[in-house]
Amino acid sequence: MNLLEELRSLARLYGQQFRTTFATMLQYRASLLIWMIAQVLEPLVYLIVWSTVSNGSGGSVGGYTAQGFAAYYLAFMLVNQVTYTWIMWEYEYRIRQGALSFALLKPVHPIHADISENLSSKLITLPILLVVAFILALIFHPAAALTVWALLAFIPALVLAFLLRFLLEWTLAQAAFWTTRVSATNQVYFLLMLFLAGQIAPLTLFPRWIQIVADILPFRWMLGFPVELVLGRLTQAQALEGLAAQAVWLAVSLVLVRLAWRAGVRVYSAVGA
Amino acid sequence: MNTLRLMAVFFRVSVLNETAYRVNFFVQLFQSLLELGTALAGLAVIFSYTNSLGDWSPNEMLALVGVYFLVGGVISLVIQPGMSALIDAVRDGTLDFTLTKPEDAQLLVSIQRVAIWSLLDLLMGAGVLAAALIRLGENLGARQAAGFIGMLLAGGVIVYSFWLILASLSFWLVRVENLLEIFQSMYQAGRWPVSLYPGWLRFGLTFIVPVAFATSIPAQALTGRLGGTTLLGAAGLAILMFALARLVWRLGLRHYSGASA
Repeated sequence: MNLLEELRSLARLYGQQFRTTFATMLQYRASLLIWMIAQVLEPLVYLIVWSTVSNGSGGSVGGYTAQGFAAYYLAFMLVNQVTYTWIMWEYEYRIRQGALSFALLKPVHPIHADISENLSSKLITLPILLVVAFILALIFHPAAALTVWALLAFIPALVLAFLLRFLLEWTLAQAAFWTTRVSATNQVYFLLMLFLAGQIAPLTLFPRWIQIVADILPFRWMLGFPVELVLGRLTQAQALEGLAAQAVWLAVSLVLVRLAWRAGVRVYSAVGA
Repeated sequence: MNTLRLMAVFFRVSVLNETAYRVNFFVQLFQSLLELGTALAGLAVIFSYTNSLGDWSPNEMLALVGVYFLVGGVISLVIQPGMSALIDAVRDGTLDFTLTKPEDAQLLVSIQRVAIWSLLDLLMGAGVLAAALIRLGENLGARQAAGFIGMLLAGGVIVYSFWLILASLSFWLVRVENLLEIFQSMYQAGRWPVSLYPGWLRFGLTFIVPVAFATSIPAQALTGRLGGTTLLGAAGLAILMFALARLVWRLGLRHYSGASA
């Protein structure tokens, strides 16, 4: 099969996956609501906490005013939504129930079905979240220094962040091949995300050594970096460095995905089959 | 007395069941420590920039984290497992077995499951709370202590009643697990004082999903900043909610027809 045909069949697969996902999501409206509360509540709480701190200490903390924090956390909420995956829970279920066996029978790598499912569900959820963000913007009055070049650079940064986060979390999800207690590994991961991706506070508010650690590890590049970029808080040089760091980590994660998948499938014994 | 005896029996059975899976203890210990460490590190980051959050001092925030873990521990120790089991029992019709027992069925379904490793959260919460109390030191009088214990009990009753009402909806609706999950995810907002939140959110976290009664209000009572009206109001609401939960439960039971019957 030549490359063009291969791409065309992948496009068909993604199209079909979109229709399936759409139908499924309409069936699970309540789950959609729960998901929304979780996605919105956490950044909202940090937004409020940091605005309080900022107002209580003369109107600005580490270069962020209350409106600056509002902009940061609303942008964070949206970037998180675009890059978010639930694959770590999904995989645990698949392996425990033996449902992975069906995916193994299909003639394409199972990661394609996962990526297209993720993207299609976001086509539905992103508009809802944009409306929520708009309403919250009316309440909290975000302020940011938007520039044209930063908005343009944000597009590749967001795409890279999505791919990077997807591949790394997919790799992490393979832990389910070896242990049934993935909740512990997931929790360690979320802890690192919380502090090193700029979730609990913008990274510039942390001591210098934590910022250096965050620059080296991938977490910042999956979330905090696109947020800071779009809000105009980075110089052009920093933006280029960031895109380069994203590209390097993307290359590393491609290797990791392959290694983890090969090793994982080898130990898979199809529980329940 | 009978209630306590039954609770002891269910607790013993759970211990016997769970001690067969001892690794779970270490996994839970690891996760609980990690979660507590995260909460404390978060406070450290915030208080490196300020001396007080809203009008809460670091020690008062520490007390709030303690209460948050304590109440969260109680929820995941007995309330959440019992209510999930109730929903399953209504759907599968196995509630019949509970109803035929010569004890109050509401009591039985409420204490039927004990997730004993959640005791770790409870103990850690108590430990953090004790540390906060020692640091708050002399500002603490008998009046505050009494108010705190009263509000903690009231908060516990309100949360329990709220869960029972939601779980009892399963007598009429098929899928209510989701409602319980909504409470769990909203509970996280209780780690911070509700007084920080804008009016609409504070209202929602107080009267629609009673998170404030579980964490903020007991912590406020501890630091002596609650007026008599709030104390009485919370106590009154606890009684009212309990009566309402009992009523919904009774109505639900009348609606229940069993699955195999």
